[in-house]
Amino acid sequence: MKLSLPDSLLRDKSSGWCPGCGHGIITRMVAEAVEELGLEENFILCTDVACGALAAYVTKWNVIGAAHGRTIIAAAGAKRVRPDQIVLAAPGDGSAYSIGIESTIHCALRNENILALVVNNCVFGMTGGQMSPESLPGQKTTSSPFGRDPARNGAPFDVVKTLGSYDIAYLARGSVSSPANVIRTGKMIRKALQKQLDGQGFCLLEILSPCPTNWGFPDDRAGKALDYMRQQQEVFYPLGEFIDKEGSKDA
Amino acid sequence: MEKVLMKGNEAFAEACIRAGCRFFSGYPITPQTEVLEYMSWRMEQVGGQFIQTESELAGINMVFGAAAAGARALTTSSGPGFSLKQEGISYLCGTDLPAVIADVMRIGSALGEIFQGQGDYWQLTRGGGHGDYRTVVLAPASVQENADLAYIAFDIAEKYRHPVIIASDAAIGQMVEPVELPPMREHDIDRYDWVIRGRKPGEEQRRMKNVFYRMGADKYPAFLLDKYRRMEENEQRWESLAVEDAELVLVAYGISSRVSKEAVKLARSRGIPLGLIRPISLWPFPQKAFDALGGQVKGFLCVEMSILGQMVDDVVLACGNRVPVGFYGEFSQVPEPEIIVERAAAMLNGKEVQA
Ligand SMILES: Cc1ncc(C[n+]2csc(CCOP(=O)(O)OP(=O)(O)O)c2C)c(N)n1
Ligand code: SF4
Repeated sequence: MKLSLPDSLLRDKSSGWCPGCGHGIITRMVAEAVEELGLEENFILCTDVACGALAAYVTKWNVIGAAHGRTIIAAAGAKRVRPDQIVLAAPGDGSAYSIGIESTIHCALRNENILALVVNNCVFGMTGGQMSPESLPGQKTTSSPFGRDPARNGAPFDVVKTLGSYDIAYLARGSVSSPANVIRTGKMIRKALQKQLDGQGFCLLEILSPCPTNWGFPDDRAGKALDYMRQQQEVFYPLGEFIDKEGSKDA
Repeated sequence: MEKVLMKGNEAFAEACIRAGCRFFSGYPITPQTEVLEYMSWRMEQVGGQFIQTESELAGINMVFGAAAAGARALTTSSGPGFSLKQEGISYLCGTDLPAVIADVMRIGSALGEIFQGQGDYWQLTRGGGHGDYRTVVLAPASVQENADLAYIAFDIAEKYRHPVIIASDAAIGQMVEPVELPPMREHDIDRYDWVIRGRKPGEEQRRMKNVFYRMGADKYPAFLLDKYRRMEENEQRWESLAVEDAELVLVAYGISSRVSKEAVKLARSRGIPLGLIRPISLWPFPQKAFDALGGQVKGFLCVEMSILGQMVDDVVLACGNRVPVGFYGEFSQVPEPEIIVERAAAMLNGKEVQA
């Protein structure tokens, strides 16, 4: 079998992501979409400080490393200065929905012409698996050791319920739990980037992603993390396209 | 050039525009709000970006992204809002990014009040946020200087790739005075080879992240020390008044320096040998102004609008603690020239003067 990788990916670097992590797949999908749309020379990646930030070291893209929770707002600042560039903000769920939620909402309200690609692994991955706004009811984390209890810990945040009626270009949720989902999610990335090219405005694509290390499946040869995604994560956070304002040439 | 009558905050905003600033993001707070309001229509005229953000945190972090993309970017605030900017200022410093931030000071901790004050000196000159950093801090004492310092702030910021803070206050921001505005300049967002845009084939990857990641923790200290030494050497700014034969020297900046000038006049008319050093750069503190003084100086009197005497330590350090350093502070009132002269005379008579 021939190994084919988009040119923006570095072949000789190890990533730093844990075995079984979804970040590697997602970064490859972004690279494929960027290549397909011919955006390599106009692409800016804006990272957070968390696990997603490691993408800077396995790609050739120029990168803005924003503070934790400020990924989306910093990306919006860069895009305003360079409207001819394609800007992708890559926060985790903690970044986009907890510490950075005010800017996630207000960038949507201003319809900033960027793509917020939120990797939702239902935990604070980088800091060792604490409860995040996305942690599921009953989910055990290092800071919800008895399982998340909405009565005690607050209810999980569903971005579709919050942004679902906003006047934005695109709101969708994908997943990397299966080859079929990966293909569907890759199309979502392409569509969202195309919308930015067309100047349609704010796109938020959440991608459900496994964090075997912090879900309690560190040596996950049996694929328990993928089972957990299909049986728990995707049930609680349904996949699909929720806003697709002007459609897309790609659809 | 002809002079126009302008409010301090508006002259500051216009001078930023003329310096090539085409990006403003910020949040309203008195007594800074005129800058934001001015930018809301002026940016439109010059084809720049104006964003009233959801908070000061958003304002400064949007500036972070804009600065990384190469713009001359500005955010402004006061007291409580300036505290919220600290996260972003630390990130600008850690990332080697130029930007200009203004703190139009008001009085008090917590909400305080909207009146003029100078209580942010420590926060301004000691770093204010986390980590090993300081920023260049320039303190205007007139509407003209508000414009002049705004105009050079972006150049200084880019020269060192470091944020520059303009520290004015409610009085300087709100007063109306004649001002000569500088000529219009445009800034090319591709001027520097570090700016973030898409990577062109064959170019090295640009990572606008913590500098020490790129450089290595072993090389970073020397790099940083060199940068601070250069700023300390080149960016000291001050005005000295009647210091040649002064036996007591007032040290005051911003609004307090204006009344201190009055005090020098008053004292001289009464035969009291009083002089003034007015720091224009609060950091780097104008050590050179102190080094240039003659041996006749018997003491210094700090005049500030703060309760605790925030600049006193810097004056003690600058004079090598060789002579007494007194302090006259006011909280909500501008210091009185008559009281300044009284305290100065007391110090010359060998009395200790504290608060
Ligand atoms: C202001 C601030 N607070 C806290 C942290 C510590 N911190 C780093 S990453 C992170 C959470 C990461 O979670 P998420 O954003 O979901 O990304 P993930 O690592 O799961 O991909 C936290 C709390 C920080 N760097 N800055
Ligand atoms: S901690 Fe979780 S999200 Fe982070 S790299 Fe490891 S598996 Fe991936």
